[in-house]
Amino acid sequence: MKLDELAARCGEWLRGSGPQSDIVISSRIRLARNLADFPFIRKCTERDRAAIEGTLRERVLHLKDMTDVSYVDVADLETVDRQFLVERQLISREHAEAFGARGVAIDGQEKFSLMINEEDHLRIQVMHSGLALEQAWQQIDRIDDLIEEHVTYAFHEQKGYLTACPTNVGTGMRVSVMLHLPALVMTRQIDKVFRSLQKISLAVRGLYGEGSQAMGDFYQISNQITLGRSEKELRDQVAEVVPSLIEYERKAREFLINESQKDLHDRVSRAYGILCTAQTISSEETMHLLSSVRMGVNLGLISDLEIPTINKLFIHTQPAHLQKLRGTELDTADRNIERARYLQRHLRRGDDGAEKN
Amino acid sequence: MKCQNCEKPATFHITELTGPELVELHLCADHAQQYLAPAEEAEEATPTLAGVLAQHLNLGQTAEDLARLDQRSCPVCGVTFYEFRQAGRLGCPHDYVCFEEEMEPLIVNIHGATEHKGKRPKRGVKDSSLQTELIKLRREMTDAVQNEEYERASELRDSIREIEQRGQ
Repeated sequence: MKLDELAARCGEWLRGSGPQSDIVISSRIRLARNLADFPFIRKCTERDRAAIEGTLRERVLHLKDMTDVSYVDVADLETVDRQFLVERQLISREHAEAFGARGVAIDGQEKFSLMINEEDHLRIQVMHSGLALEQAWQQIDRIDDLIEEHVTYAFHEQKGYLTACPTNVGTGMRVSVMLHLPALVMTRQIDKVFRSLQKISLAVRGLYGEGSQAMGDFYQISNQITLGRSEKELRDQVAEVVPSLIEYERKAREFLINESQKDLHDRVSRAYGILCTAQTISSEETMHLLSSVRMGVNLGLISDLEIPTINKLFIHTQPAHLQKLRGTELDTADRNIERARYLQRHLRRGDDGAEKN
Repeated sequence: MKCQNCEKPATFHITELTGPELVELHLCADHAQQYLAPAEEAEEATPTLAGVLAQHLNLGQTAEDLARLDQRSCPVCGVTFYEFRQAGRLGCPHDYVCFEEEMEPLIVNIHGATEHKGKRPKRGVKDSSLQTELIKLRREMTDAVQNEEYERASELRDSIREIEQRGQ
């Protein structure tokens, strides 16, 4: 797979379609699986790791009816390419930073990725735009079955699928929905919302999962528990809170419009102005401002921009993406300049930037 | 990800916005508490593995109990309970069997349940003892090679091959 070709595209999770896609960004499910005849990663010798990688690579590249699958040898990649895959959410940061034989299989539409030798031997991940947990489950369930036809998973009658960390044992499943919640952040209600989610054992994470802070007001809501509830119950639990969160966010947006439309309009317009004219800009500031602009477009305060353009900018202005698109490695200072130029080119035109990247 | 100050898993991820530059910190529960303590009282976070482990192991267990427990190791992969406590990661599937008693309260604490409900492998391998045996034999073979006991290593290799072929 040519990573450079991926770079120019937007990927599935920020495609920006599907129901309620102004607030719900994407739905994701991952399953943790281990081979029964090898120790967990921590106790693997180099030889074990290579054998696991060999077995699973063979499996994931020959899944029935799935022809458009590419395999990337992560151990062989340059740092910038590994970071690129993290930015696209195709591998985890832990997977990028690990050592030894490991890889990832990715389908052409970037709807699923199969990480080999992450924290567990196999992490299957399926991602769909918008709120689509059922479709995601059907796809991942099938992939899981296809792989299992030829390998023996570590499974215990009582404990379910056995995982390297007891926090994943049982279903090995993490269901998450990514939401864009700028108005809840602006009205300082977000912490309250999170505390109530934690009480019903749902976890809240930032854009890049475990260990990432909320960048650009993107938040992932996911199940904390994996044992003692069925996959459907776990999906339902996450899916059930999403409508309320959407409603809270909408109410907060209404409140901002009603109480202080001038201030809000000013804030959104300034954000847009900075993004259009800055000469050097960091990734954090870009995410922060794009978040305001995104909400501004959704509320009709900015009329000459489309959501897909903004979604694309969120991902294309990330450090590794910028470098891939530019075709050269850049240090932080040069990246900030390149980022500002990139934003100018794509925002001043007010279209999707159909030019060659 | 490991805590930047010790070997424990980082369960707290903090972005400090107050200084001149953004600073990202990745800390374990203990170091995070130290870091956050003077500012505000630490938010009651969701149960993290390290936190739950610490809680569970502090309750009702004397230092001697704990020391004895730490010494125990899995006959298959060799991981000690101490190692698991430090890293928060198990060594092999058999650990769930051999440390079952020790892990039970921990699992209840994390999940509020002990019985899996939901999907099962279609092929339904009832007895995975052969697979477990393979893990053990491979480890013994590596040890034998390291100790230059080549005759023993080659016997082990033959046993491994035999099981692998039976499984196919």
